[in-house]
Amino acid sequence: MNPLASFATDPLFFHGVHWVELLIVVIKVLAAFVVLLVSVMLMIWFERKVISDMQSRIGPNRAGPYGLFQTLADGIKLFFKEDLVPDQADRFVFKLAPYLALLPALLIFTVVPVGGDLSIAGHHFELQVADPPFGILFVLAMSSVSVYGVMLAGWSSGSKYPLLGSVRASAQMISYEAALGLNVVAVVLTARALSTRAIVASQAHAFWDWNLIRLGFVPFFLFLISITAELNRPPFDLVEADSELVGGFNTEYSSIRFALFYLAEFMNTITMSAVVVTLFFGGPDGPIPRFIPTSDIWMPIVWFALKTLVFLFIYVWFRAALPRLRYQLMDLGWKVLIPMSLGWLLVVAAVIVWGWWGLLVALAEVVLGAGLARAFGVGAARTETEEAF
Amino acid sequence: MDLRFLGGFKLTFEHLGRRRVTREYPDEKMPKQPRQHGRHVLNRYEDGMEKCIGCELCAGVCPADCIYVRGLDNPPDHPVSPGERYGYVYEINYLRCIPCDLCVEACPTEAITETKLFEFSFTNRFDAIYTRDELLVGDDGRPKKLPWEDWREGDDLHTSGWMRATSPSGAAAFEGVVQWSGELGYGVRAPEGGQSGRRDDAATGMLPLREVMEAHLLPDDIPFEHRGMRGKVFRARASMDKKRRKLVAARTRRAGLKAAR
Repeated sequence: MNPLASFATDPLFFHGVHWVELLIVVIKVLAAFVVLLVSVMLMIWFERKVISDMQSRIGPNRAGPYGLFQTLADGIKLFFKEDLVPDQADRFVFKLAPYLALLPALLIFTVVPVGGDLSIAGHHFELQVADPPFGILFVLAMSSVSVYGVMLAGWSSGSKYPLLGSVRASAQMISYEAALGLNVVAVVLTARALSTRAIVASQAHAFWDWNLIRLGFVPFFLFLISITAELNRPPFDLVEADSELVGGFNTEYSSIRFALFYLAEFMNTITMSAVVVTLFFGGPDGPIPRFIPTSDIWMPIVWFALKTLVFLFIYVWFRAALPRLRYQLMDLGWKVLIPMSLGWLLVVAAVIVWGWWGLLVALAEVVLGAGLARAFGVGAARTETEEAF
Repeated sequence: MDLRFLGGFKLTFEHLGRRRVTREYPDEKMPKQPRQHGRHVLNRYEDGMEKCIGCELCAGVCPADCIYVRGLDNPPDHPVSPGERYGYVYEINYLRCIPCDLCVEACPTEAITETKLFEFSFTNRFDAIYTRDELLVGDDGRPKKLPWEDWREGDDLHTSGWMRATSPSGAAAFEGVVQWSGELGYGVRAPEGGQSGRRDDAATGMLPLREVMEAHLLPDDIPFEHRGMRGKVFRARASMDKKRRKLVAARTRRAGLKAAR
């Protein structure tokens, strides 16, 4: 098989690869990089501003108008700070880890469709850095790779709090990845494609075709919760629980390496919001019934940005409103999210086969679930009485 | 499952639109409390004589040992104070002072009082020791501004003599009765209402703190007349007053500039 066959879905390469096509790709990569970095800068400002509003504070307002350049100032400050590597650290891994955290965040964004199609000088291409046929698997793979960044950072620091933080991080991220994947499977089942653009196109008729509504809201909420845990954002930020672990896995980091972790965290927030929008909210598709391949270039981009912004706000809102989970974290992941995702996935699959099958499966699940809950209850009660004796 | 934590979402969302209590300090100052304790001044009588008689009671009572006084007999030909002696040396070390106001309580002639000025940051220890010259009020009865002190317009108003404004010795019969002598530049000010409920906020310089903080009070703690529609009218009127005052101030300033030209 031709190795270029995997790119056959991208209309840019229909007529072979010429240097102009390569130039377009390079420009797309650069544009995505710049846009992502700038939006991270704005996101940090946005988060600090919104959370201070929610706490009746003023927030950053010194650097630039409305404190917009605060992030820039912080970045410059961090850049000029002393770069420390602890004595006990595994120096190579210690220096490698921040990049392992940052790269997946950058790479995930490459498969997110930002807008419709664009034609320049006879070259037809998509507003998306790359559209591999395995798009959504790539997202899952990259979010797993980012576990390595956190884990290796904590381990290579040679210090106990970072180690504890990274152990928590890897446990948490791996267990929530299961729930994450199961909900992605539901989306893939309805879209019948792994490519992110195909997933978006399958929702592109009207807003009631968005996966949010088509899949019945539950997968979306489960996905949102597990993605918040995957991002290590509050209320799932046990990884860097500052009151317990000093700063979590990045305690020993300083200067630019710390800045890279910080950057990766917020970049992940943005890319994951974009992924949520892609999977459940029709991506660049507006709520008015409309098709994606439209002559209008800007409106899809604006819709995409707006929807992503809503999710960014929701993440900040989470942080302001919810206290950090304690040891309930694993319970929530394994005992609530995964069974619910699995159950809903079965129902979705059955409905796709035949509507009544869906009802049957749902009923069976309710009965089985009730039985299981009862069994667990009895077991728990028995354990308690045994312990009492 | 307890879902009460969802209330956090409502609360935080509501806070988005609430008024901020934070003041942007260097740009804008908090209103000073009516009895704020700040640095001291040495007062004069209305004829310019110093009130201090060099009795050293303030130095004796000072718990932080920050006051140093040496009295001297008044020169008969040009007396400094109306008494027998006067404060020849008077120094307060502000690295030690804990504005407790006990010196003011001790002073038999109300010579030393505390202003509301507390924003000074000196860069060496010698500046921290305020001498008699620096503490004495000027000919207009106002404290002297030292280069390291941060003053804004109006900060030096109503600076002294506030401590005995309520009922002296706790006797209810004297509530609201003026018990102190007039001072240079300020004269006699209106007394605070104390617990009697008679209050003249404008005259006493008392800022209704409750109104400032209102946005963050519990609904029950907000005065009845400031709630709902009536409150909206009240606030609108207050802000209009403020704007009008600003306008008048600007106009007078312009007129003053014109006259100066």
